[in-house]
Amino acid sequence: MPAAIELHAISKRFRFHGGRPPTTVKSAVLELVGGRRHRLKERFAALRDIDLTVEEGRTLGIVGANGSGKSTLLKLIAGIYRPDSGTLRVRGRVAPLIELGAGFHPELTGRENIVINGIILGMSQREVRRRLDEIVEFSGLAEFIDAPARTYSSGMYMRLGFAVAVHLDPDVLLMDEVLAVGDEAFARKCADRLAEFRRLGKTILLVTHDPAAVERWCDEAVWLDRGVMKAAGAPRKVIDLYRQAVAEQESGMLARSYEEPAPPEVGTTVGTTVPTLDRWGTREIEIERVRLDDAHGHERYVYASGEPVTIRFRYRVHHAVDSRVFGFAILRNDGLWVYGTNTNLAKISLPDLRNAGEVEVTIDSLDLIAGSYFVDVAVHAQDGTPYDYHSRRYPFSVRDEGTEQGVTKIRHRWRIIPRDARDRTS
Amino acid sequence: MTRAFRELLAYREILLILIWRDLKTRYRGSVLGFLWTFLNPLLLMVTYSLVFSVYMRVEIRAYPIFLFAGLLPWIWFSSAMLSGAGSIVESGNLIKRVPFPPHILPAVSVTATLINFLLALPLLVAFMVAWGFPLGWSLVTLPLTIAVQYVFTLGLAIVMSMLTVRYRDLQQLLANVLTLWFFLTPVLYPTTMVPTRFQGFLLLNPMAVLVASFQDALYGAHAPSLRHLAVVAVFAIAVFGLALALSDRLRWGLAEQV
Repeated sequence: MPAAIELHAISKRFRFHGGRPPTTVKSAVLELVGGRRHRLKERFAALRDIDLTVEEGRTLGIVGANGSGKSTLLKLIAGIYRPDSGTLRVRGRVAPLIELGAGFHPELTGRENIVINGIILGMSQREVRRRLDEIVEFSGLAEFIDAPARTYSSGMYMRLGFAVAVHLDPDVLLMDEVLAVGDEAFARKCADRLAEFRRLGKTILLVTHDPAAVERWCDEAVWLDRGVMKAAGAPRKVIDLYRQAVAEQESGMLARSYEEPAPPEVGTTVGTTVPTLDRWGTREIEIERVRLDDAHGHERYVYASGEPVTIRFRYRVHHAVDSRVFGFAILRNDGLWVYGTNTNLAKISLPDLRNAGEVEVTIDSLDLIAGSYFVDVAVHAQDGTPYDYHSRRYPFSVRDEGTEQGVTKIRHRWRIIPRDARDRTS
Repeated sequence: MTRAFRELLAYREILLILIWRDLKTRYRGSVLGFLWTFLNPLLLMVTYSLVFSVYMRVEIRAYPIFLFAGLLPWIWFSSAMLSGAGSIVESGNLIKRVPFPPHILPAVSVTATLINFLLALPLLVAFMVAWGFPLGWSLVTLPLTIAVQYVFTLGLAIVMSMLTVRYRDLQQLLANVLTLWFFLTPVLYPTTMVPTRFQGFLLLNPMAVLVASFQDALYGAHAPSLRHLAVVAVFAIAVFGLALALSDRLRWGLAEQV
């Protein structure tokens, strides 16, 4: 297969916004007169040294965080931007579905906007007129098509734009996050259309945040991170790497919540601590340095559903007390109490605590549905009087590729036993 | 430069549809609709005639006709420049979404205003007939004058539209410059009223030559100075060429800056 898109050592830099003071004649003149030319020629690299070849008829997925250069890459291929260096070759007619609705005017009707948009996207007048009914039908806006576009909702606007775009007859289709347009029925129509484009052997570039879309649609994938191509190849492989990086980054951010704010000296005196929203108690015993560890003892705050987790924290005894219970709880980020227990309920007899020590709670299998959660830890008296209660301070998140619903995974087995109805009656 | 010129032709279908959009949206949603094309110059003509012909008693035969003959091309020029200068900034979402030669946009403004001018022209001719003016052979020079003014305006509008992307206050500045330019251009007064020692100064103003050419052909019923027109034509082509060269140079930055 010949290459439809060939990029070699492509780099693109942008000026920082605001890094270029003279944006008015006035300031330019003042600068000239004042002789102060404080032009900050600061630039940042949107794309660095990108090599990419897409063969005809292949679908390439591009994943990456915001600002990683995905859209810039599409705009370079579309010919909207020009690279600073490198060579770029694109074969055939390109349909840039980067931002939909180019040329739309709110005062014009939907029908008129279809014509304008179609022509701007490269259709001939005749082509648009011939496909007009088809486009209207696809958009599902037939009853509003002769109303001015300003009366449309933003969703309707996008649908109209998408409807025109998919009726181009391109060789190369550049799509930027537009699959998530409209309601479910329309999204399905779009998906069907994309499948049809693939069947017709079009070359497709799909930029998305959604790794599942890449796995579903793409023959290959690349992962861009701050302008650099981090991985390229089979979608599964690229996405795994991307997901892992995202999880690591998220874990790093979550870890910050666990950092202990330096306790004020007065706080160490029992009974004088002012309770806060996320921590209260009389502090006869104090909890500190809470962390979550994975199976290898590494601190981590993003877990796959079903992984083992260890909640670990230190305690310090300021006043020896006879009555003491350690507890922990798991809350979903909306406040739902998922699970809670303590050493008393679990009938664990505590040893002599001495003046300090460590507590470990190991969860063999964190069977939670994907989402954001908190772990609460506490030490209190038998009657419930809190010594030190930490609530909603420690976030963690659970990822899962399944799409089960609810809060927690309940282990179960299915059995389906077919029996012919005739047998039963006989 | 030649590339930018070829694009003007290659993108003519887009050019036409955008002109259609421009004309359609300008009048849709306004009560008087398309009548505005005529109403605006008419009101100006009535007001100026009142001031200069009645209040100030300027001795010019059939002053409203004289005034209209110069006012129409000036309105074309100034409205083309004002809408043209802002055209790229206003259609920023267009050049950010599709690969698009940016100088198409000022071309849309200049051409759409030309159409308004051409629609208002028969009104002037009707006035002339009603006034008993002879419609002479001089009218055949009109297409030439229009062509020269079109090229001149287009060149200037392209330059301004691109600079406006970088210097956003240029449009306001332009509005002020146009007001001064209007009074320095013999629209309200005939060139013959200008003292001889300032006549040369007048020739430095391409719009003075163009407006005078319209006045000669319509009101004066004689052919304009083809020599002057030729000089302006050469200048207009130079400005146009410069504009296209500028388009080649600046176009890539525009999609990022707009």
